[in-house]
Amino acid sequence: MRKLTYVAALNEALHQLLGGDDSVMLMGQGVTSPWYVGQSCIGLIDRFSEKRVIDTPVSENAVTGAAIGAALAGMRPILVHPRLDFMYYGLDPIANQAANWHYMFGGKLSVPLTIWGIINRGGEQGAQHSQAIHALFAHLPGIKVVMPSTAYDAKGLLRSCVYDGNPVMFIDERWLYHLESDVPERRYSVPIGKGKIRRKGEDVTIVATSYQVHEALAAAEELAGRGIDAEVLDPLTLKPLDEELIVRSVEKTGRLLVVDGGWRSFGAAAEIMARVAENKDIMEIKAPLRRLALPDCPAPASRTLEKNYFKRAEDIVRETVRLVR
Amino acid sequence: MKKSAAPLPRVIDGVDRDSVMRMYQRMVTIRSVENKVADSIEEKEIGCPCHLYSGEEAIATGVCANLRNDDWIYSSHRSHGHFIAKGGSLDRLMAEVYCRRTGASAGRGGSMHLSSPDIGFPGSSAIVSGTISLAVGSALAFKTMGTDRVVASFFGDGAADEGVFYESLNLAALYKLPILFVCENNLYSTHLPLSKCLAETRLVKKAEAMGVPGIKIDGNDVIGMFKTARKIVAGMREGKGPRFLECMTYRHRGHVGPHYDIDMGLRSQEELDSWMKKDPIDLLEKKILKFKAAGPEELGRIKDEIAARVKASEKKAKAAPWPSCKSDEAFERACWRESR
Repeated sequence: MRKLTYVAALNEALHQLLGGDDSVMLMGQGVTSPWYVGQSCIGLIDRFSEKRVIDTPVSENAVTGAAIGAALAGMRPILVHPRLDFMYYGLDPIANQAANWHYMFGGKLSVPLTIWGIINRGGEQGAQHSQAIHALFAHLPGIKVVMPSTAYDAKGLLRSCVYDGNPVMFIDERWLYHLESDVPERRYSVPIGKGKIRRKGEDVTIVATSYQVHEALAAAEELAGRGIDAEVLDPLTLKPLDEELIVRSVEKTGRLLVVDGGWRSFGAAAEIMARVAENKDIMEIKAPLRRLALPDCPAPASRTLEKNYFKRAEDIVRETVRLVR
Repeated sequence: MKKSAAPLPRVIDGVDRDSVMRMYQRMVTIRSVENKVADSIEEKEIGCPCHLYSGEEAIATGVCANLRNDDWIYSSHRSHGHFIAKGGSLDRLMAEVYCRRTGASAGRGGSMHLSSPDIGFPGSSAIVSGTISLAVGSALAFKTMGTDRVVASFFGDGAADEGVFYESLNLAALYKLPILFVCENNLYSTHLPLSKCLAETRLVKKAEAMGVPGIKIDGNDVIGMFKTARKIVAGMREGKGPRFLECMTYRHRGHVGPHYDIDMGLRSQEELDSWMKKDPIDLLEKKILKFKAAGPEELGRIKDEIAARVKASEKKAKAAPWPSCKSDEAFERACWRESR
């Protein structure tokens, strides 16, 4: 099958979505800039014009609200925030309006809005160009959160988000953008709420989110050489979480390590562990549940500190070995 | 022998008689609802916090009388007046204030969160300045879809304290959107007078700095409101872009609830008295009588009829079922399940 980079798959998804439906629009910062949000938005302005491809000023609060208002009025906007750090400005309309609208008004209207937020970090960018706040959004009732990890899933999930009919956060990592996978040319959807087994194994379950899936897979190869057979799960959707997939795996292996690119305390890893801990079908846990996430510390700039701060395959190997031995 | 009645004037101060009488009814309805709600809060029949619109009726009424059903308006915590002015159902409003299942938001929203998409009222929000950006987005959608529909965004002077207010005005001007920003300047942001919130209190100047032409206007004169809005709305349909109205007014009652915030030392009796002399309904009545568009008996009859309708709506609301997890299982479960 044809191979595409993650970013090329996103670009193809956007072309197909905007090309196939006049109610789809793309708005956000940089969608017509020379960088086209890491090349993901290339060619869109030429094909669809400023009417449906809107490069917005740095007014995250109003622009996020406007995307919600456009969604209420019948459009299916995709709003891109190229850096989650700046999205705190847009948090209010997401939490107060988009998340609540359907329930608060007794189901009268829904908000068919996709908010695509990019975690963009590393390279000595420092504390305000690094933040992974997916767990914060997953905390809000009324908001769904997807986190693709491959080109194939990114293309299919973006389509599902646009047609879900509710506000969905599509959160990904810039570190994924150059990675390749098989991607069909046709339009297709990857369902929200369904995770995938990336590698089958018997000894330990590693649940990894977004980019960490790739680190976990590299770690699993290393672990295999040491006689540890790890199963790697990719939830793909953080909320609603594919709890069944995870529980079934832990039932089998009896061990769980969650690897998440967000902060450790009260994060996505904690929630996944809690779901396993409170599940009464799991009769035998062979070792305490563990997590590997960012320390509760802002991201450093210096490369010497970054090396310890961000977690890589070697850290996953170390944690897993500790868990199994 | 029957005395032949003098013919009714067809135009009152530049506005046709039917429109004037319809606006009179709307304003009286709003006042009547707010008085009823105030009484019922005092009697502890209503528990939901209510921000009453008494005294500001001319603004929503004058603007909405120029809007079509498929035009949208967004509103704030002080939303009863906007809901009625846009043509919302009295029964559903009352039932929502009583948090009943038959309410405008099925009892999930309460007084501050009313919705009726069928009349172009997507929803009102309790967050100060919270719907201004949404209104901008809906105007963007209407323009993108190639329609001539317009949006009116209602908010108080307190909204100008928030940053999103300025961002939203800028976006509307930048994209030349069909949106009318209606600032109801009632001189207070909750308990604080305007001068304690804003260093520059000339709101029109602020709007114009963002690129949105503005007018300061008497918000208690419904005829003036109507004529100004009529011109603006027609221009917006032709693609002339956004406009800003600073409507000077006064809320008769306090920020929230039935009282007047005078006992709390927030406003003076003299100030309230001076504004009561400019009551928008009294002003309109005087005009109707002066132009002989209706006699005092007819106005009295209208008021009685409306009071009876409001009373009946309230009675229905009180008798309506409460929402419950059991009776509304499907809706609650759908919302709850989403979080798993």
